[in-house]
Amino acid sequence: MNTTYPRPDGTPEKVPPVPGDAAPADAEPSDARRADESSVTTATLAPYRHPAQLDEEVHLRTTESAEARRQRLSTGALIGIVAAVMLWLVTQTSGTARFALSNALDEVQLPTISVPGLPVVLVSALLLAAACVVYVLPGMGRWRRWAGLVAGLALVAGFLSWAAAGRSLPFLVSNQLQGTLLLATPLILGALCGVMCERSGVVNVAIEGQMLTAAFAAAVVGSVTGSVTAGLFAAMFAGVLMGAVLALFAITYLMDQVVLGVVINLLALGLTSFLFDSLVKPQSGELNDAPLLEPIQIPLLHKIPLLGDVLFSQTILAYLALISVVVVWFILERTVWGLRIRSVGEHPKAADTVGINVVAIRWSAVLAGGLFAGLGGSFFTLGVTGAFNDDITVGKGFIALAALIMGRWRPGLAALMALFFGFVDQLGSQVQTMGTPISSDWLKLLPYLATIVAVAGLIGRVRGPAADGVPYVK
Amino acid sequence: MSTTTTAPIGSAADPAPQGLSLRGITKRFGTLTANDHIDLDIVPGRIHCLLGENGAGKSTLMNILYGLLDADEGTISIDGVEQHFRNPRQSMAAGIGMVHQHFMLVDVFTVAENIILGREQATGGLLNMRQARQKVLELSNRYRLRVQPDSRIEHLPVGVQQRVEILKALANDAKYLIFDEPTAVLTPQEIDELMTVMRSLRDEGRAIVFITHKLREVLAIADDITVIRRGKVVGQADASASEGDLAEMMVGRSVNLQVDKSPAEAGEPTLVVENLTVADASGQVVVDDVSLDVRAGEILCVAGVQGNGQTELAEVLLGLRPVLKGRVELQGRDLTKLGTRETIAAGVGFVPEDRQHDGYVSTFTVAENLVLNQVGGFTRRGNLRWDQIKANARAKVDEFDIRTQGIDLPLSSLSGGNAQKVVLARELSRPLKLLVASQPTRGVDVGAIEFLHKRIIEERDRGTAVLIVSTELDEIEALADRIAVMNRGHVVGIVPAGTPRDVLGLMMAGIPYDEAVVAAEEGAGDE
Amino acid sequence: MSESIGSAGRRIRLPWSDVVVTLFAFILAFLLGAVLMVVSDPEIAPKWSYFFSRPSDALGASWDKVSQAYSALVGGALGGIGPITSTLARSAPLICAGLGIGLAFRAGLFNIGAQGQAVVGAMISALVGFSIKGLPLAVHLPLAVLAGVAAGAAWGGIAGALKARAGAHEVITTIMLNYIALGMLGWALTTTLFQRPGRADPISPIVEWSATFPRIEGTQLHMGFVLALLAAFGVWWLMERTKLGFQIRAVGSNPSASATAGMSVSTITATTMAISGGLAGLAGVQVALGAISGATPTPLTAGLVGSIGFDAITVALLGRSRPLGTVLAGLLFGAMNTGGLKMQSAAQTPPDLIMVLQALIVLFVGAPMLVRTLVPFLKARRAGKAPTTQAVAPVASQGGLAS
Repeated sequence: MNTTYPRPDGTPEKVPPVPGDAAPADAEPSDARRADESSVTTATLAPYRHPAQLDEEVHLRTTESAEARRQRLSTGALIGIVAAVMLWLVTQTSGTARFALSNALDEVQLPTISVPGLPVVLVSALLLAAACVVYVLPGMGRWRRWAGLVAGLALVAGFLSWAAAGRSLPFLVSNQLQGTLLLATPLILGALCGVMCERSGVVNVAIEGQMLTAAFAAAVVGSVTGSVTAGLFAAMFAGVLMGAVLALFAITYLMDQVVLGVVINLLALGLTSFLFDSLVKPQSGELNDAPLLEPIQIPLLHKIPLLGDVLFSQTILAYLALISVVVVWFILERTVWGLRIRSVGEHPKAADTVGINVVAIRWSAVLAGGLFAGLGGSFFTLGVTGAFNDDITVGKGFIALAALIMGRWRPGLAALMALFFGFVDQLGSQVQTMGTPISSDWLKLLPYLATIVAVAGLIGRVRGPAADGVPYVK
Repeated sequence: MSTTTTAPIGSAADPAPQGLSLRGITKRFGTLTANDHIDLDIVPGRIHCLLGENGAGKSTLMNILYGLLDADEGTISIDGVEQHFRNPRQSMAAGIGMVHQHFMLVDVFTVAENIILGREQATGGLLNMRQARQKVLELSNRYRLRVQPDSRIEHLPVGVQQRVEILKALANDAKYLIFDEPTAVLTPQEIDELMTVMRSLRDEGRAIVFITHKLREVLAIADDITVIRRGKVVGQADASASEGDLAEMMVGRSVNLQVDKSPAEAGEPTLVVENLTVADASGQVVVDDVSLDVRAGEILCVAGVQGNGQTELAEVLLGLRPVLKGRVELQGRDLTKLGTRETIAAGVGFVPEDRQHDGYVSTFTVAENLVLNQVGGFTRRGNLRWDQIKANARAKVDEFDIRTQGIDLPLSSLSGGNAQKVVLARELSRPLKLLVASQPTRGVDVGAIEFLHKRIIEERDRGTAVLIVSTELDEIEALADRIAVMNRGHVVGIVPAGTPRDVLGLMMAGIPYDEAVVAAEEGAGDE
Repeated sequence: MSESIGSAGRRIRLPWSDVVVTLFAFILAFLLGAVLMVVSDPEIAPKWSYFFSRPSDALGASWDKVSQAYSALVGGALGGIGPITSTLARSAPLICAGLGIGLAFRAGLFNIGAQGQAVVGAMISALVGFSIKGLPLAVHLPLAVLAGVAAGAAWGGIAGALKARAGAHEVITTIMLNYIALGMLGWALTTTLFQRPGRADPISPIVEWSATFPRIEGTQLHMGFVLALLAAFGVWWLMERTKLGFQIRAVGSNPSASATAGMSVSTITATTMAISGGLAGLAGVQVALGAISGATPTPLTAGLVGSIGFDAITVALLGRSRPLGTVLAGLLFGAMNTGGLKMQSAAQTPPDLIMVLQALIVLFVGAPMLVRTLVPFLKARRAGKAPTTQAVAPVASQGGLAS
């Protein structure tokens, strides 16, 4: 019963012009007269309604707020800048760009697509410019979503065509897609850890530290036991352990959670580096040579051209990451535990007054989150070389945090954002191998730059859990 | 005196007293004794009013009863059996339910989710929302409290939110129901409805505790009355007591319920607002095409139920929110595009609704807070002049009778009334053309209310235009020269002072003046 | 007398119990550090396996290990004029960056980007220091210092502007800017502008003597330390005596009340981040233009700044974001870092232990209730007194991570 109130009164009314968005759903005539000396003035309003009818939801007329407008214009400006850069790239493009859909080793060889570089870059630049216009002009609300999508695709297509045009090697599309999922795996798992913690009201800036510790534990235990499974469990244990440190100081001892997260990261960095130098390095043959996660090919499905390799020939970790997204969503939305986690993250006192133990629920959520961060951390050792090194997570925990915020604390959306960062990361290394004029030092910075642009330009107004970061004191 | 001091119902002679009894409840916070050996008996089938000023210790007592706070001394017993409530779960199990003053509802949850929270019907840990919805509808029908199970709380008017809060307590089948200041957010008509609900719950045999500081309501509904002052029970009375006697018991001295106020000598319009439209960050139009004016030397009160755009109206006048459409003029000068600093400089004073959040910096000293928005006047080449800041503070503390142990203490050490005096003192310490005050006396004791009202009227008599936003009809009656009633972002009408409460109440529900007058007469005729 | 007015209530409040809690935080951290050293030593750990048959083996070896390491730590930091001046020199950048982080804390901002700001500051001041030749010291040195500070301020200002304009949370942007600064430095050292002629590895030329901090003959104490103390005084003056400081403190404690009082929260946010970045940039200047060992400053490399920007976070937290506290904490952590080098050479203990110790100290200081629980006799003292739960300055006052 989401009726708006007041309703338009019978005949269609003139809608007062409101700058910005599409016409408001309903509005009233605006003939409120100014008050005369001690006389009574009334605005013409909707017909009399009995107060008992007021149990319906209130939905006020909506329009574009000043914040939304600024957000729209700055996004438009950003797209405009990208369009200008793309136009400049047109002058730097020559020859054809080739995109290989299959690797050389694939059974089924898909064709390599050749496109003329210059026209594609030019079209991309024009599409970007058009998207910019849609954003800058008011009253194009309906088109904006599409414009954003077009701009994103045009950016990727234009950039790749420019990078691949005239090179001796083709751009490997399947590598790009496979690498995206691979590199996104720890980001997805890290972001899920953040979802669990922050939906319960505990800000987790320590994902980086949890993953670093887990990576170390996975390498050492994996090496000693020679078992990947043992390594994974050790990683989860380490993730939960660091989660317990977070929970202890944040929930029980009420320390400022952002400060705490940063300190835990330092602790994790110091601890792993110290143990690595004093214990592991001297006997790295025995302690730092863990077995690797092997890709598991799902029968039949992995033979699908292009997508088969991407989706059905991954390591157990990638499958776990994707399953975890569903699991976390299910926990939060469909279980009693999840309802309670969300309630203590939004209004802990309300939860307390109905007899929910706020401290216990928050502890349980943070510890459960540690499992995901631990799994994510194991990627850096078991998923790559099997060996640990100082600061091996290089800020990926923070990128996971950015994915969490951009994903509005929702597991599915956060995973999507993690995939975006994975895509950018993989793009950097793919382009690097093609020998483009951009220095490899700069390409390595691509994910960090993308994070800043995303956090600053694309988030807009997001509403996190209301009690996120607020310690609960009775 | 028509008040009587009755013997406690469960006296020593009765071996198994019926109902809930509190004995010697004492609670201290640091040096403050919030509850000092309080005895109270709550009997099924009766409505017991707990009357006291803001800060008298009523809420502390009820939070102890509900298990949210631990008492330092004293016992709670039910039907003669001593109870120890360490958390709300235990008190709920004993049959106590509470309708909190600040609703304990999760904004982004649905009605059903809020009502089942903590007592979820689940199989194997999985939520069964279908069953939950059913239960909400059953409860809703049984108690005639209409709610939609799938509405999100944040979209509901406060009156409906309160129904959800009541249903939450009833879902647990509470035998002892505590209503903590439940009328603060309601229109007069909604208050009547609430009282009907309370009476029918009493008639079912439940015990009702009704906490309030409003005498009118006490006399309308109470079976028993207990008055609390400064943490102590100062007396008991029944519904035959007079308003004046109760007021004297509550405050400890005779109070003048009516502020002395000469009629306004209104001059030219100082503030002119035309077709003002304001949207919040999510794009909802919270102030919708509002036009009004305030003249020099008059007080315009903006009445309405909390959350109908008055707060935002006050904020936009200060340049705290962007204007979407329309115009704000101060003595002919266009303020529409000015920021807060320029608006303050143009001669607008502001007492914000949530003083703790917007009015002062609680870690700053009294002296620092007294110059918070005019620190530029206390500097020389960018350096602060502490001697002047301090001298200013001493003068204001004297002038406004601010009770503080020292001007170098953080503001958080002050009581609500004195903190509000700091805010008002700061705003009145420069020449104003317009004073905008939102809920100027919320959470303040009676003495401070009198003082604050007096200063506001003095400011009016000095020729300042005054705009007061208030949800308290008592305050509006005391201050207003004219009243603008708001509902869902609109001004429903602007009426003169002295308009009957019933009419104002109906207008607050969105009914235009003409219809409201008719409906109020019909309503009066029914009784 | 206007001396102690204003923030008197806050500044002079250094209760005895805080000091004791801090002291025990140190003791607990060093105890845990000792445990860590013992369990991570491949020679000692096995001795604990037969502890019950011959306890002296395990205890003796452990004691030897721990006492050797810690005495090397103390000796390396404070044993004689050489180590002491070295400690002072190493403290200087920590103090500068710590002041910057502390300043941001007081505006409710968490500047984790001190590392990146220091990197940029070091990079630009070194560039000015080695590429301009023939200027007198009185011109060249101030120029190089100012260039570095300005670069740091610009780098911090980016994060500030992003926060003020677009609402991007500074914790995320500053971390990303750290990686970007480091990447830029790595790239720059491969360009002709920065790379030393004739070298293939990424290293810069040596800074001209005219841009090097003068130092006391025969010691490592250079003018940078004086500069750090001046910066501390400057920050104190700014915060307690100026209108801008008043506004920074107001915004840090209650941004919405500050906005209601007509302050521009976004301008103050951006300004504070720029000043904070400038101070971190000064930390970078210290390592670029000050000689840590020998007579000339270490040439610019990717690792020159080390982890100063991160260590400074713990310095600022331990110093409770106050200038005097930051100086003291900076001296302390400078001493630990100096001693840590000796610990490595004399006792073969990796200096990463110092980072663990520093993190543990801040954790314990941040949770005084935990320290009181762990140290029973402190608990008895607490009777009747409300515990301070929030010893470390809360910084989330400008809203959650999404604001």
